Amino acid sequence: MNVHEYQGKGILKQYGVPIQEGQVIDQLSQAQNAADQLARDTGTEWFVVKAQIHAGGRGKGTVKETGSHGVVLAKGKHQLDDVVEGILGGTLVTAQTGEKGKRVNKVLIAEDVYYPGASEPEEYYMSVLLNRASGRNMIMYSPEGGMNIEEVAEKTPHLIFTEEVDPAAGLLPFQARRIAFNLGLSGLGMKNMVKFVSALYKAYEGSDSAMFEINPVLKASDDKVLAVDCKMTLDDNALYRQKELSAMRDISEEDPTEVEAGKHNLSYVKLDGNVGCMVNGAGLAMATMDIIKQAGGEPANFLDVGGTASAERVEKAFRIILSDPNVKAILVNIFGGIVRCDRVANGIVQAYKNIGDIGVPIIVRLQGTNAEEAKKIIDDSGLEVLSAIALKEAADRVTEVLA
Amino acid sequence: MSVLVNKNSKIIVQGFTGSEGSFHAEQMIEYGSNLVGGVTPGKGGQEHLGKPVFNTVEDAVKMAGADVSVIFVPPAFAADAIMEAADAGIKVIICITEGIPTKDMVIVQEYLSDKDCRLVGPNCPGVITPGEAKVGIMPGFIHNPGRIGIVSRSGTLTYEAVDQVTKLGMGQSTAIGIGGDPIIGTTTKDAVQLLMEDPDTDGIIMIGEIGGSMESDAAYWVKANGTKPVVGFIAGQTAPKGRKMGHAGAIIGGKDDTAEAKMQVMRECGIHVVESPAEIGQKMKEVMGLV
Repeated sequence: MNVHEYQGKGILKQYGVPIQEGQVIDQLSQAQNAADQLARDTGTEWFVVKAQIHAGGRGKGTVKETGSHGVVLAKGKHQLDDVVEGILGGTLVTAQTGEKGKRVNKVLIAEDVYYPGASEPEEYYMSVLLNRASGRNMIMYSPEGGMNIEEVAEKTPHLIFTEEVDPAAGLLPFQARRIAFNLGLSGLGMKNMVKFVSALYKAYEGSDSAMFEINPVLKASDDKVLAVDCKMTLDDNALYRQKELSAMRDISEEDPTEVEAGKHNLSYVKLDGNVGCMVNGAGLAMATMDIIKQAGGEPANFLDVGGTASAERVEKAFRIILSDPNVKAILVNIFGGIVRCDRVANGIVQAYKNIGDIGVPIIVRLQGTNAEEAKKIIDDSGLEVLSAIALKEAADRVTEVLA
Repeated sequence: MSVLVNKNSKIIVQGFTGSEGSFHAEQMIEYGSNLVGGVTPGKGGQEHLGKPVFNTVEDAVKMAGADVSVIFVPPAFAADAIMEAADAGIKVIICITEGIPTKDMVIVQEYLSDKDCRLVGPNCPGVITPGEAKVGIMPGFIHNPGRIGIVSRSGTLTYEAVDQVTKLGMGQSTAIGIGGDPIIGTTTKDAVQLLMEDPDTDGIIMIGEIGGSMESDAAYWVKANGTKPVVGFIAGQTAPKGRKMGHAGAIIGGKDDTAEAKMQVMRECGIHVVESPAEIGQKMKEVMGLV
């Protein structure tokens, strides 16, 4: 589960990680009050207005309706309303949102942390994530802050450092110091970075996160070290014990069809193709998508109906697939292990009758327990359903119906 | 011979009296697996499905000589169940449970690092040595005793490969479902190595997915140490970047994570890669010289 920048920063703050402070608003009329409050709390006179959407590249992105970028500096309260108006309620298109963009329902009004002072402000990159090769968490960091980290990895891989954390010992002080020194810090800046990193790792562990990305981490001109941005992904499997954090879910950021599917325990991902599919098991579902492609189609979705393909779930799955107007055919691929194929077949027939006019050809491939009986049920149903038993046959049927 | 489990395995079920545990324990017994009992804390001394129930895995080891455990404990308690099995001296721990928090698995991995045991899973269908022992949730009847070893990250896709092998007149030495989570006990390479060293396995089918580097690691190992033909398939050629495809482990991160990149590495390492999952069995038959 992803959370917004303002929510992620709130979590960091709870664990003592210094952040760029801010106030989140969803109405233009709240902007001046938020700025007053922020000015009292931090002394800031300038304000950074940041669109809150679940996608990166906001600073370079453009709001369709107004032409404004997704992150804009207001140099004083008098500019604030204009800046907020340019972003809030608009549709922000960034490199990560696709052409459709995302509606900005909230903006974060944040303090200006790039104020002049004794030293130059410096930006760094830092993330915390699982190193799957070792099964341990690691902190990945770079002095190249504010940049796209994939680009840094490509062009200057020697500027990316990692620090792996021993699960029993946790992040040790010498590791935090090494990070600070590798980033070129000394004196107060070094000490503040050590505190920052230690608190950051505690926040990662405490929140059961799957990924933190803080880009940039800023060393301000007065040597304070703080998180200016925050991208946070929580571990879905741990949400049951993170009630407070799971309440932060913003469904308006998710595809409504995927949300609806999730309510019925269907794992659905919408894609852009023309052949829908319904499969049991994630691996077989991906393999079925590959088959569709090889048969001359393009997969319209990923859909795992899970272990119990009951009539209700099959019907729901059909309805979800059919809600996509691009779907020209549906391939059902069920390998019955514990689930009996004849029951699935009955479920399909029932679902078909309940929905009425499906309007696109359906290819049903049932294999495993009671596959022969299942094929008979489909063939005898009188419905316009093509049945297959071998995977190869199913692929050939897809090619036929698309021809 | 086969690997991991056989007719002499003394198997227990953790989460024995729960609905999942009961259902699958019954199926395993029916298949002929040597189930010596199960563990449900607080129900020790009772009998379930005609087998003894123990309070702890330690009791099951001491009183029933258990050496293989299969875990159906709910996700919140599954990490503890794995560590309990390791502490009790169970040699092969097979964790079926799906949805264990990653943080718990980081601890498990560390805890197991100095224990003499092997974890398979979590979030896997289990391990079967056809005709000898079914330890997991796979449908037994599609299997046939034989000499092809199968390794896969996914459940139903494993069944698909098994079924093709059986229908083409071959059979399986052992089929290992290693699981679809980011942290798993037995990697593709570990499983391939076990089968490569097994005198009763003549050929290996290795089925992977997008995400991570396990298949590439296994492929490099095969190139350096392989003595038997390996057929490979990677699911997710059409999966979009950055989206999670059901399995927590199935997400394309960098460019080396793609199905395309993995298949390329596998080919370069001498693995017989098939583009379509419908051709896995046929390709195995070909490379075994059976057509």
